[in-house]
Amino acid sequence: MQTVLSIAIDALAYGMVLFVISIGLSVTMGLMRVVNLAHGAFAMIGGYLASYATRDLGLGYAPAILIAVVATAIIAVPIERLLYRRIYGAPELTQVLMTIGITFCVIGLANYAFGPTLKTIPLPETLSGSIDLGFRAIATHRIFAIVCGLIVAGGLWFLIERTAFGIRLRAAVDNAPMAAALGVRTQLVYAVSFAVAVGLAAFGGIVGAELLPVEPYYALRYMVTFLVAVSIGGAGSIPGALIACLLLGAIDTTGRYLAPEYGEFFFYLAVIVIVTLFPRGLAGRFK
Amino acid sequence: MAVLMDSTLPTRRRPLGTLIGIAVIIAASVIGYFLFPNNLALLTRIVATMLLVLSIDLVTGYCGVATLGHAALFGAGAYGAGIVSAHFGITEPLTMTLIGAVAGALAGLVSGIVILRAHGLPQLVLSIAVVHLFHEVANKASSWTGGSDGLSGITTDALLGLFEFDLWGRTAYIYGIVLLLIVFVSLRILVQSPFGMLARGVREDPVRVAAMGASVHSVMLRMYVISGAVAGVGGALNAISTQVVGLDSLSFTLSAEALVMLVLGGTGSLYGAMVGTVSFMWFEDVVSAANPFHWLTIVGALLIVVVLFAPKGLYGSAAAFLSRRRGGER
Amino acid sequence: MSLFEAKKLRKNFGGLAVTNDVSLSLAAGDRLALIGPNGAGKTTFVNLVTGHIKPDGGSIALAGEDITGVKAMQRVRRGLVRSFQVTRLFADMTPQEHVALAILQRDGKASRMFGRHDAMRPVVEEVGEILHLLGLSELAHLKVREIAYGQQRLLEIALAMALRPKVLLLDEPAAGVPQSETARIERALDMLPPDLAVLMIEHDMDLVFRFAKRVMVLAAGTVIFDGSPQDVTQDVAVREAYLGSYANAGSAA
Repeated sequence: MQTVLSIAIDALAYGMVLFVISIGLSVTMGLMRVVNLAHGAFAMIGGYLASYATRDLGLGYAPAILIAVVATAIIAVPIERLLYRRIYGAPELTQVLMTIGITFCVIGLANYAFGPTLKTIPLPETLSGSIDLGFRAIATHRIFAIVCGLIVAGGLWFLIERTAFGIRLRAAVDNAPMAAALGVRTQLVYAVSFAVAVGLAAFGGIVGAELLPVEPYYALRYMVTFLVAVSIGGAGSIPGALIACLLLGAIDTTGRYLAPEYGEFFFYLAVIVIVTLFPRGLAGRFK
Repeated sequence: MAVLMDSTLPTRRRPLGTLIGIAVIIAASVIGYFLFPNNLALLTRIVATMLLVLSIDLVTGYCGVATLGHAALFGAGAYGAGIVSAHFGITEPLTMTLIGAVAGALAGLVSGIVILRAHGLPQLVLSIAVVHLFHEVANKASSWTGGSDGLSGITTDALLGLFEFDLWGRTAYIYGIVLLLIVFVSLRILVQSPFGMLARGVREDPVRVAAMGASVHSVMLRMYVISGAVAGVGGALNAISTQVVGLDSLSFTLSAEALVMLVLGGTGSLYGAMVGTVSFMWFEDVVSAANPFHWLTIVGALLIVVVLFAPKGLYGSAAAFLSRRRGGER
Repeated sequence: MSLFEAKKLRKNFGGLAVTNDVSLSLAAGDRLALIGPNGAGKTTFVNLVTGHIKPDGGSIALAGEDITGVKAMQRVRRGLVRSFQVTRLFADMTPQEHVALAILQRDGKASRMFGRHDAMRPVVEEVGEILHLLGLSELAHLKVREIAYGQQRLLEIALAMALRPKVLLLDEPAAGVPQSETARIERALDMLPPDLAVLMIEHDMDLVFRFAKRVMVLAAGTVIFDGSPQDVTQDVAVREAYLGSYANAGSAA
């Protein structure tokens, strides 16, 4: 029973972190139809910046998150402008190569700037303890990650379904030329969505640093996981991404607890089975 | 009758193309032999990788399937050849190579069946998942594969009973070149055959191919199996020449790097695949000696530059440039 | 005996009958044009015939055999060939390669992994004949992306001919071709083998009148007219369907 609960909490926290990072990828993929393999690189940048802000600049956890997220989004703007905009609508192979190129560059530069060692982001005291439920203590950080995931899901839902920007976004997704003809500035919508997506990735990278440790190969190590989440969830679908991430979190965490000697064998096996059964994703909305 | 003449005219030049290719490969390998007599191991590794890149070209360049998991086929060949030598005492190099090819073809069949189930992003994800799965299996089955320590204890008889695999790697290098020539000629025949034309059709418009009554899936799957055999030969060559097989031969990184080499040289052309491999690996050898992490940055930058400014790759761009210059004459 | 027979084909999309009990039969040598206003269900009907969508009711037979459950690819192999409304060709391949591939596929040799198509005497000769017939000989070795759209349309017809079908479905063969070049398309259509059964979907009424010996009109998923080209313009129901659709659209045609 204890194990089951531990697995459940860890799986939930892990799934939520995956969701926060992947949902941005899902939105950009549904919107700009670009296979962005460098998405994890932005999560990693967020993690590095937050680590730098807390450890080297001595800032608090909350301001560090804010600064790191905003800074990552700002870094992403020229990259979107100069590189991504050229590959919207390009063949998949082109997109894959360009974004792998960006990933490699980011890894190389991160290693140059921050060294090959693992970077931590010290948690504030309020998050580093555990909450006693009477029969079981749960790490506060896990709860924090879960709450963050829920807030992001809710916030995004509100942004997309209830705001003027959301209307433009959905119009651009459904029919970009038509939306443009109706006066939606699609380029701007793309740029803003990209910045938001990257900001979310950075946020997920920071909040999830306890579960997905920040190091130079982060961008490559978890690239597959994020892609899998989007691919299973169906590009552009918030509920799809949420379900997919929770499912993947559950599979991966259970595998680690119960059969650690098999490494990620069961994770990849599950991925193959799920993608083979649902080649269009669990809830592909824009395809 | 004039019509018939027209249609047959350009045929003449093409067998010549294959002969020129053979001559260039032999010339380059002789130059390599005398230029880097102390670095034949690197040259042999380049040849083995070339086979992997050629194999990716078959599915990506000719059939249009983007894959980031092709090292699975290469690794299967390497482990296949390595395991029969280390565990079953089959140390005859030709047999080992053949077993590598068969293992690669089987891996190609398995990953083809899986990967071709989906399209687009899910397909890419499947290809990555397949190579990771192979990697995890090889890691777990350490009694057979040596796990993360690598498979050692691979011994090899003299080639044809005459040429020992020497310390300087001369025999391995020459054997590699011979294998490359055989594969090159076979693939030239393949890509110019009706099947090769059908595959190009699949890349350009699968709907049209289906409307001709051909099965797109079956074309791609067959190409995957052939591609696996080629990659498997490359893996076997690597196992024979280095006498170890490591988990890195089944890695995502190798898959991605090999794809980069292909694109650097130019997809959809056998020469592009070979040019790309040589340039990339030579460049890697020079730069990564200095700093492996700068190497990654440079590869990344290189990729971005190629995608933006030379999407046809080195060979493709050069060929396009030449044919444009020659275009005036036609 | 009819070569092709669709009986009471029906397809519903969300409760709406897009194809409503459409029956159609073709005999060898038939030249039938299927026309109808936008939204009449022509595209759905084409997809039902080619096997890209499954009917909710009815049956299709080719040369006396039921092919209702037969896959699209198999239908082609049995002699039911289509052309596309918007050309679908291999941009980086030459007309010669296109036609050769079609011939090889027809003869079951497209999977050969050795030999070159342009060294196979009979193939080269047949390719030459077909391209010559359609006036494409001079373009034989250019890439398709380098030739004009009107010529690409001719190549579509060449591919259909090379497959030697029993029944040919031409989906708007003159779509996108400038008026000045439709004459070439018409001449190409005249070259089709006389015993071939042709079903043409077309908007261009001039082409319909010149090509078809029989006309069927589809409106709202139902056949409202089946008869000679001469009578079709006089038919009250047809006039209503066409003019009605303009009235509904609210714009003066």
